[in-house]
Amino acid sequence: MKADKLVYMANQIAAFFRAQPAAEAQTAVAEHVRSFWSPAMRRDMYEHLRAGGEGLDPVARAGLETLMEREAPAGRTSGASG
Amino acid sequence: MSLSREKDYGTPLRGDGPIVTLTVDGVRVSVPAGTSVMAAASTMGTQIPKLCATDMLEAFGSCRLCLVEIEGRRGTPASCTTPVEEGMVVRTQTQRLADLRRGVMELYISDHPLDCLTCSANGDCELQDMAGAVGLREVRYGHDGERHRTVAKDESNPYFTFDSSKCIVCSRCVRACEDVQGTFALTIDGRGLGSLVATGGPDFLGSECVSCGACVQACPTATLNEKSVIEMGAPTRAVNTTCAYCGVGCSFRAEMQGDKVVRMVPSKDGKANEGHSCVKGRFAWGYATHKDRITKPMIRAKITDPWREVSWDEAFAHAASEFRRIQKTYGRDAVGGITSSRCTNEETFLVQKVVRAGFGNNNVDTCARVCHSPTGYGLKTAFGTSAGTQDFKSVAKADVIMVIGANPTDAHPVFASRMKRRLRQGAKLIVIDPRRIDLVRTAHIEADHHLALKPGTNVAIINALAHVVVTEGLVNEAYVRERCDLADFESWARFVAQESNAPEGVEAFTGVPAADVRAAARLYATGGDGAIYYGLGVTEHSQGSTMVMGMANLAMATGNIGRDGVGVNPLRGQNNVQGSCDMGSFPHEFSGYRHVSDDATRDMFENLWGVTLSAEPGLRIPNMLDEAVDGRFKGLYIQGEDIAQSDPDTKHVTLGLRNMECVIVQDLFLNETAKYAHVFFPGASFLEKDGTFTNAERRINRVRKTMAPLAGLADWEVTLGFASALGCDFSYDHPSQIMDEIAALTPTFAGVSYAKLDELGSVQWPCNAQAPEGTPIMHMDRFVRGKGKFMITEFVPTDERTTQRFPLILTTGRILSQYNVGVQTARTRNNVWHDEDVLEIHPFDAEQRGVRDGDLVAISSRSGEVALHARISERMQPGVVYTTFHHATSGANVITTDYSDWATNCPEYKVTAVQVQRTNRWSDWQAEDRASADLMRRVEGRADAAE
Repeated sequence: MKADKLVYMANQIAAFFRAQPAAEAQTAVAEHVRSFWSPAMRRDMYEHLRAGGEGLDPVARAGLETLMEREAPAGRTSGASG
Repeated sequence: MSLSREKDYGTPLRGDGPIVTLTVDGVRVSVPAGTSVMAAASTMGTQIPKLCATDMLEAFGSCRLCLVEIEGRRGTPASCTTPVEEGMVVRTQTQRLADLRRGVMELYISDHPLDCLTCSANGDCELQDMAGAVGLREVRYGHDGERHRTVAKDESNPYFTFDSSKCIVCSRCVRACEDVQGTFALTIDGRGLGSLVATGGPDFLGSECVSCGACVQACPTATLNEKSVIEMGAPTRAVNTTCAYCGVGCSFRAEMQGDKVVRMVPSKDGKANEGHSCVKGRFAWGYATHKDRITKPMIRAKITDPWREVSWDEAFAHAASEFRRIQKTYGRDAVGGITSSRCTNEETFLVQKVVRAGFGNNNVDTCARVCHSPTGYGLKTAFGTSAGTQDFKSVAKADVIMVIGANPTDAHPVFASRMKRRLRQGAKLIVIDPRRIDLVRTAHIEADHHLALKPGTNVAIINALAHVVVTEGLVNEAYVRERCDLADFESWARFVAQESNAPEGVEAFTGVPAADVRAAARLYATGGDGAIYYGLGVTEHSQGSTMVMGMANLAMATGNIGRDGVGVNPLRGQNNVQGSCDMGSFPHEFSGYRHVSDDATRDMFENLWGVTLSAEPGLRIPNMLDEAVDGRFKGLYIQGEDIAQSDPDTKHVTLGLRNMECVIVQDLFLNETAKYAHVFFPGASFLEKDGTFTNAERRINRVRKTMAPLAGLADWEVTLGFASALGCDFSYDHPSQIMDEIAALTPTFAGVSYAKLDELGSVQWPCNAQAPEGTPIMHMDRFVRGKGKFMITEFVPTDERTTQRFPLILTTGRILSQYNVGVQTARTRNNVWHDEDVLEIHPFDAEQRGVRDGDLVAISSRSGEVALHARISERMQPGVVYTTFHHATSGANVITTDYSDWATNCPEYKVTAVQVQRTNRWSDWQAEDRASADLMRRVEGRADAAE
């Protein structure tokens, strides 16, 4: 999926959780994306992150980076499902 | 009349109160106090003659036919208006009573035409029955009474006639309109023999009548009679089933002649509707046999090719080979499916099973994505389950009713009648809606507060209401301490107490005076049992899920969850939205709302289905379309949905569909989406299959087959055929076996079976070992998740803003006579009431643009442009315009945008920045759509295939 769309969605998610303490907000963003985004959408986002993550708000970026690290092995292999 | 075939106790049965024992005709009978003598006699099988009484209405006591003798009392009291008393001794049949009744009947008949043999109610007429029951043999007064034959028969309503000459002025129709429907469209005009039922308008169609059918049902003669009965004659058999329109899920008797429906009559024992109906369910069923129905499977290579009719086997084989080819070429995740909220639970379950077990991914979604997906997310987060908290009848116990972003009198009319009854009894009403919906001021009802907020500011208002509750000491602290997570509550309370959330802090952008918000909050918090009912005006926003959680916060803080008369209740749009969500239609969860990554749940499904299932969430509908536009998603199986019309940003939707290599549409008609399809599986209407629907109160109701499927297969059989061609080993002979599988795999459905539904009529889930007869009210002692969870709901304004170029906000909604995208109702005579979508615009905005009522106006947004006729209306506030989306040619979703709810991607239908200006032509999109419509719907060898 196009990066600008994913960035917009991630920022929307972050905007909801931003009212929580920073650490909790980052975790919540990561959990939300992990629960509701398909592997391909996550892969596209990780690619965007690796390319600099332009447009991501700080809470979204932190949450997504956490998730990317957590999923690193799976992230490299999850293409098998697609 | 129609109720004679169901038992009629004459007056309503009373369910509570101490038991009273009396003697009727020498037989002892025990009934609850408050029951009438007539109803008590009826419970023991004695039908006291009656004309003005029916158990749908409170006793009236006018016909004097139901007289009885009671020991120790003088005279002959009316049994309908006489309540039972302990030790009462009643005689229903004596010579004196017989003489009196015959005398009364003589008077009635002297004023009634004697054309029984050719009368449309012949054999189904209470007057005729009573003449027989009282032994009428002569009419001493002759037959030349005042028969009102000079009054023309009113045939203006498309579905029923009104013939004054047959009227006995029993007032049942007038009382039904008042007590059952709550519209007050009818009255009795004149006196004595000159008395006539009057509509208050030139005729029924021109009056305030909403054509619910309650008067027709109540009429004991042929005065009010269905045109279908007049045309076809009396029905010869009946099948109990469930309406396929809105989420109220009314029970009906389909009254038939052979395989033809004569009429649909609401069932008194249907727990969702208790004998009431609306114009859609009662009358608008003609679409089921409309000439546009497609009854043969069809395929084509390209969407510009004509359709070719093929056998079911060829259609299944072609569809399956295309999907397998696509998966081989583009990957397993390049295909998906959409389940239908118009189909049964069993059919929905089967489609998601095909996707998960057959396609091997979780790319399944449902139309709840575009309506109530935020309800699922929000209520699950707060309470632990994705459903409303109450049964419908709970509203009768509410003291304060808060209606948010819903228009029940149009979209959920049968529930609205219940609500209006309670409001007439004195319950208070708070309406939160940008538009002045009918409930704000209607017959004998006026909202105590109408918070006419600007579209897009729901969350600011709900936070402001909570602010008042928290800062004015109105929190139900005992409830919160016992039932909710205290740490979450405290952080939420600190948040809403901030001045930025005060009514005064949000007034400038919500447009709602702070004093009104404060008064409404105080009323909700202190007015007794408070119940929230809400609709798509809550969910279809970029903060839809936030708002659902905001309402849950408010209800928990005031202790308004977990008993009769309170709760947070979504009014679901389509008949089986609740069910389709329950059945695992979302890409991230199995039936019963369990995430696909949950190993224990997945194991259970894998063991029963014998396949390995993906633990990864699949694509939502908008994600599928985005991926299709990007070229990664290539095949879609759509059961009973019309995303090209119902989903936002039509150009984006159709671009995605055009980019796919195989789109399968399964539907009754060649709908808008079918223009982009390569395979068409003809669907079956609700009259043609067995199954279940689950309504907005979690009630599982049976759908029963009344006729054979016109295309030979019910929808569940179609999915089965497709699955088989894909190589899936599914084996069912009847939908009851699918329900057995659902029950085996879904804890909240564990106790559900067709045998139980046949025995009890319906059950509300959870239905399992802990609640074998279901659960009318949830979260009674504890929340499903344990402690109720308060969430911080910060107001984040939508990015859809008005600008100089697009200075108005467009919001969308529904109208009573039409249903959703109009596929069904637009093929009925309901078009008499609404044959096109119009743009409602405030006089101020109209004047600024030189727009007059009826002008064609162009409505443009950043997504596109359409043209509609304007209707000047003060129901909208200045700056806000409104339309419906019931007719495909309107293209209302050409102008809605791709903005969506942050949590669920539910589209933001309710807020689109637009400009409106006069025009003299249809928009380019409308012109192109009309030009291409016939081309894309051609069928080889048929000249009339286009809709």
